[in-house]
Amino acid sequence: MASPALLIGLKTTVQIAVISIVLAILVGIISCLMSISKFKPLSYLAKFYIWIIRGTPLLVQGFFIFYAFPQLMQMFIPSFRVNLYTACLTAFTANAGAYISEIFRGGIQAVPKGQMEAARSLGLSKGKAMIKVILPQAFKISIPSLVNQCIITLKDTSILCALGLKDMVYHAKNIVSLGGNSPLAIWSIVALFYLAVVTVLSLLSSFLERRLNYAKGRNTKSA
Amino acid sequence: MPKVEIQNLHKYFGKNEVLKGIDLEVNEGEVVCVIGPSGSGKSTMLRCINLLEVPTNGKITVDGYEITSKKADLNKIRRNIGMVFQQFNLFPHLTVEQNITMAPIDAKIMTKSEAKKKAKELLDRVGLAEKINAYPQSLSGGQQQRVAIARALAMKPDIMLFDEPTSALDPEMVGEVLAVMKELAAEGMTMIVVTHEMGFAREVSDRVIFIDEGIIMEQGTPEEVFSNPQNPRTMDFLNKVL
Repeated sequence: MASPALLIGLKTTVQIAVISIVLAILVGIISCLMSISKFKPLSYLAKFYIWIIRGTPLLVQGFFIFYAFPQLMQMFIPSFRVNLYTACLTAFTANAGAYISEIFRGGIQAVPKGQMEAARSLGLSKGKAMIKVILPQAFKISIPSLVNQCIITLKDTSILCALGLKDMVYHAKNIVSLGGNSPLAIWSIVALFYLAVVTVLSLLSSFLERRLNYAKGRNTKSA
Repeated sequence: MPKVEIQNLHKYFGKNEVLKGIDLEVNEGEVVCVIGPSGSGKSTMLRCINLLEVPTNGKITVDGYEITSKKADLNKIRRNIGMVFQQFNLFPHLTVEQNITMAPIDAKIMTKSEAKKKAKELLDRVGLAEKINAYPQSLSGGQQQRVAIARALAMKPDIMLFDEPTSALDPEMVGEVLAVMKELAAEGMTMIVVTHEMGFAREVSDRVIFIDEGIIMEQGTPEEVFSNPQNPRTMDFLNKVL
C-alpha cells in the first residue's frame, strides 16, 4: 500500500517546513533589524544576504550548501561533513529568512511615521519605541505576506527532493516508478495532502488576522 | 528665568531654510499661540522644542537646561515636554488605558497601579472615563485627540506643545478639544499652541506670535495682533483667515 510511505514523506515535508519557518522568522527579524540599522556595515551585510538569496534559485542554494559549501570548509577542517537533513534545513531557513526579512521591513515602513514620533515625544528610547509601538503594528501588517511565505516554503520542500531529501514527492516518485500503482491516484493523493496542509495554514492565518484586528475596532462584529 | 528660551534658531531641510533665526521666550504658565500661513515654519519651530527636529543652528533652553547641547539626555527632556499632534498618533494596538500608562510605567515614574489610577483620573478630566478599555479606532477624532492630551499629561509635563491639534477634526469636534485645552490653560500649564483657530488664540492666549517665511514677523497680546496689527504681512494673513 502506498499511503504509509506518502504519510512518512508528508511528515518530513511538514517537519522541515515548520522548523525552517520558525528559524527563518528569527533570521528574518535579525536581518530586518540589521537592514534598517543606521550602522552601515550591518545594513550592507543584510542587504548582501538578501541580494544573494533573491538572486539565486532555491535548488542552486540547496546544491551549494550540500555539495559546494562542504568542499570550501574542508580546506580548513578536512573532516567537515554536512548531512542532508541539515543542509536542507539550512537552505530553507536561509531562503525564507531573506524573504521574511523583506516582509518585516515592509511592515515596519508601513507603520505611520507619527507613531515613532509620538512614542519618542513621550520619552521612550528608540529601542523601546520599536519594541512597544512599531514592531507589534508591523507584525500585524506582515501576517498575510508571512503566511504566504510559509505556504511557499512548505511547497518548495518538494524542490529539494532533487538532493535526495525523502519528502512526500520523493516517496511518490519511488512508488510510481516501482509500478503497480496508478500515477493518477498517487499524484492526486500528493496534491490533496499539500492542499490540506495549505488550507489549514490559510485558516490559521485568517484566524490570527481576526484576532489581531484592532484596526477595525468596534466594526469587527457587525461586519 | 523663562521656561523656554529659543535663541537664533535656524533649521534647514536640505538646502531649504525653513527657520531663519527665531528668538522666543516663553514664561512659566504662559499660553502662547503661534499663527501663520502653511509652510511658514511654525510647526517646525514647535518640533524643535522637543527635538523631533534637530535644529541646524541656534540654542534652545528649557528650564535653564540647554537641550540643544550634545550631552543632553533626550529621553529625559522629552518626558517633561508633552506633545499633541495634528493626527493624534494614538497607538492603535493598545487600549486607551494602555496608551496612557505605557510611558509613565516605562520611565519608572509610576508603578503600574499608580499609572492606572492616573489614567482614570485623566480620562475623567477629559470626559472619557467610559472609554478606558476601548481601542483608538472605535473613537471619534475629537475623542482620540482628548485621549492624546491625557496621554501627554500622564507624564506630568511642565510644558505642553500642541501642533495644530484641531486641524484634522470635523468641525463639530473642535469645541470639545479646545475646551480641554482651555481648562489646561486656566490651570496654569505652560502651553505653546500652533493653531488655525483664531477664536481660541484670541480668547485663551497670553501672547500671539505670527510667523511667516521662517521668522517671527510680529508678536503681542491677542488684542494687539488681532485688532491692531503693525506688519503688512500680518494684516494680509488676518484678512485671509478672519
